[in-house]
Amino acid sequence: MKDYKLVIGLETHVELQTKSKIFCSCPTAFGAEPNTHCCPVCTGEPGSLPILNKEVLAYAVRAGLATNCRISRITHLDRKNYVYPDLPKAYQISQFDEPICVGGYVELDSGKRIRINHIHVEEDAGKLVHEDGYTYIDYNRGGVPLIEIVSEPDITDIAEAREYMEKLQITMRHIGVSDCKMQEGSMRCDVNISVHKEGEPLGTRTEIKNMNSLSFMERALSYEYARQCDVLESGEKVVQETRRYNEGSQTTESMRSKEDAQDYRYFPEPDILTVEVSDEFVDAIRSAMPELPTALRKRYVEKYGLGETEADLIVKYKKIADFFNDCARQANPKLAANLILGQIFRGMQTEEEKEAFGIKVTPSQLAELVKLQDEGKINAQIARQTLKKMLEEGKDASAYLTEDDLKGVDSGAIDKLCAEAVAANARAVNDYRNGKTQAIKALVGYVMKATRGKADAGEAEKKIIALIGG
Amino acid sequence: MASGKIMRYAAMLRSGEITSVKLTEAYLEKISVLNPEINAYVSVNAEKALASAKEADAMISRGEGYVLTGIPFGIKDNIATKGEETTCCSRILKGYRPTYNATVYERLVERGAVVLGKNNMDEFAMGSSTETSCYGAAYNPHDKGHVPGGSSGGGAAAVAAGLAAYTLGSDTGGSIRQPAAFCGVVGLKPTYGAVSRYGLIAYGSSLDQIGPIASSVEDAAIVFDAIKGADKRDQTSSGGTEPTVDKLDGNVKGLRIGIAEEYFDGISADTLAGVRKAIDFYAGSGAEIVKVSLPMLKDALPVYYIIACAEASSNLGRYDGIRYGYRAARYDDVNDMIMRTRSEGFGREVKRRIMLGTYVLSSGYFDAYYKKALRLRESIVTAFTKIFAECDVLIAPVAPTTAFPVNYTADNMIETYMSDICTVPVNIAGLPAISVPCGKDGKNLPVGMQIIGKKFDELTVLRAAYAYERAGLTDVSLDTGVTL
Repeated sequence: MKDYKLVIGLETHVELQTKSKIFCSCPTAFGAEPNTHCCPVCTGEPGSLPILNKEVLAYAVRAGLATNCRISRITHLDRKNYVYPDLPKAYQISQFDEPICVGGYVELDSGKRIRINHIHVEEDAGKLVHEDGYTYIDYNRGGVPLIEIVSEPDITDIAEAREYMEKLQITMRHIGVSDCKMQEGSMRCDVNISVHKEGEPLGTRTEIKNMNSLSFMERALSYEYARQCDVLESGEKVVQETRRYNEGSQTTESMRSKEDAQDYRYFPEPDILTVEVSDEFVDAIRSAMPELPTALRKRYVEKYGLGETEADLIVKYKKIADFFNDCARQANPKLAANLILGQIFRGMQTEEEKEAFGIKVTPSQLAELVKLQDEGKINAQIARQTLKKMLEEGKDASAYLTEDDLKGVDSGAIDKLCAEAVAANARAVNDYRNGKTQAIKALVGYVMKATRGKADAGEAEKKIIALIGG
Repeated sequence: MASGKIMRYAAMLRSGEITSVKLTEAYLEKISVLNPEINAYVSVNAEKALASAKEADAMISRGEGYVLTGIPFGIKDNIATKGEETTCCSRILKGYRPTYNATVYERLVERGAVVLGKNNMDEFAMGSSTETSCYGAAYNPHDKGHVPGGSSGGGAAAVAAGLAAYTLGSDTGGSIRQPAAFCGVVGLKPTYGAVSRYGLIAYGSSLDQIGPIASSVEDAAIVFDAIKGADKRDQTSSGGTEPTVDKLDGNVKGLRIGIAEEYFDGISADTLAGVRKAIDFYAGSGAEIVKVSLPMLKDALPVYYIIACAEASSNLGRYDGIRYGYRAARYDDVNDMIMRTRSEGFGREVKRRIMLGTYVLSSGYFDAYYKKALRLRESIVTAFTKIFAECDVLIAPVAPTTAFPVNYTADNMIETYMSDICTVPVNIAGLPAISVPCGKDGKNLPVGMQIIGKKFDELTVLRAAYAYERAGLTDVSLDTGVTL
């Protein structure tokens, strides 16, 4: 099995966060009562006509610029014809041969670039709800704008596939085009996978549809890789077909073969005029583009002195990054990052919580606290304790800090106390020198006790080690 | 000096000589007498008509009326009117009541116009005889042994028989102009985009256009002025609302009229004679007659049938029995339901065009048919643009013959398709054209001529037509109006 190389291409659907739908003014909000966000256009009533929402193109252009694509100056929409009850017109308005963005790439941490063939815009379909033996149709989602990001088959292992998806997810969130919640379906992907031996031409591919979580995608890919290798090893041929992932059995199973593949009979949508994308339109989007994740990460590490892991964690969650950026404009970024990651982030258990980052403290409130610490008015410990209370009640730091807390400890006094600690605890000093590093705690404890907890324990430890020679 | 009915009615309504209620009652009465023979209407809503007439009278008495206020009209059964059955005369849409109004309908109703009912048509506007309607054929008021043309045959017959002051039709390949010619009335197919298509149930989306059928050029101009202009609900609509009717003066001096001989190939002698006589009138009135050539006209028919059917196959995909209209009574599962609903709901001609359209868009055939048709469409557009550097309008016949006998088209499908040759080029190129009566044939059936103009130059087309009308040459109308 090790002899077989894996080749993966991904088609990623991302639901755009525009306020209104792609072809009418109905709202896009998720979770409304069925069929309440609908009009004659959404339900495809005879005689209704689509009006292209320019905001959708702007979002797609933003996604294209963020993934290094060329923006087409002429673009048009096409009809993709197929029959399914959730598709009320029996065609989906999509793009076929003149998509809005072409030829970009996503760069992985290794420096490898996964090329993007194109990004096109299209409308989402409605949703079928099966209940009490009946099937109901909810058209609220019909006409919600999507972009489809189509990669080249440049991905050669499963970890790369995950990294590519995560990079896209983080990027789309940062530029504000989508919340990319796979569990809610606002990001989903179809994977194309084939295997071949080194030096031989690419194998026949299969497509696995509608992956709605990254771990399912990984499991589906690894199952499908093994399956295709087995097929070839047993001397048979991989059949070009569409498969689905069965979450229960963790296997992929055949949906339809190439022979049964739909002929979508694409043709230009006559109800929507060809769009000329002007330089001004693209330039305006480019100049309003927020800092991309890679640039942010670089700035955090190089300018703010954050560790790479810290920087990655902040960048990964758009809301945390926004919060941090706001805070870092007002106060010491490194101290702010310590508090955010050490105190706030650590308390969040689920990915959902981290993504939502709903806390009672504002960036300015945290910045105030950081300033106090930065100016030496409080130490790290008090800062942490205070933040804990702030997170519970949402009040300013001043509400919790006593005058005594704010007196601070001057550095000369700490030096003196450290010297006292060393002089008064010869045994602990000896233990430490003999390799019992735990013994340092007793020396630091002396300083903390003398200052009633106001000294910075970390600073004190460093000073004592300097005195007794580490 | 008013040549049409609308101005005359408008004056009478203002002078108090009649009321809209009286006028509407008179039309309803005439419909109840004549419609059973002509079948121009498939539904009539008397109660609603009288209620709007009452409102129109109030508008007029408050001095708020428009020219069209209080004047009754008919509307083709493929134009959406909220809450009222709109079926395209197809079984598959039986019972469908739109939840919204078409823009054209809204624009007329805002002006206090009174709608009488829905006019008969070929199913989904596919046909040239109004014989494929699920409500039965409509008949030509000039001779009930002949068809009124199609697909807007009900609307043309209604105007010819005096069952509406005017009607709104739709024209995808000649569906306003040909029935207007067969029924001896005026039909205007506006520039593609001049009138909003919002609410027009699509047949061929890149070809469809709504326009008026009226008993005079002046009336057609008044209605066109009321319905035209860009609409934010139709992205393909554009153009202004500058009125045309006040610029009709009967003067054609210096007008350059192009004659393309290709339009006159295979035209019956009676029709030729009528159109030639009209051309002589223009020459004698100071217009300049210019010979032009349109060799690509021979491509127009295949291009039209490929594009119209391709778009239709997609547009008609939505009739699946799930949300509205007809649903098969018995089925096994959802796919079976869709299949049976469509098999039972669509008529033969509609099925034929859906299959043709599906075929030309299929992979493997797309390039040879659809793509090639798009390329030829471009060359037809270019040829017209070139010609309009040499002339201001073109004059041509509307159809090779006068009205067909009833039951003729069903057995002569290819010939019927061929008979669209004079009208489809205009739809392919998106141009405006009017059909104006120009005499009668040996069987006393009306002959029509077509005046074709540049994009968005309905004004020149209407002015040219009006000159002919003012000379008293158009009058083949049966319509004696209503007895008031």
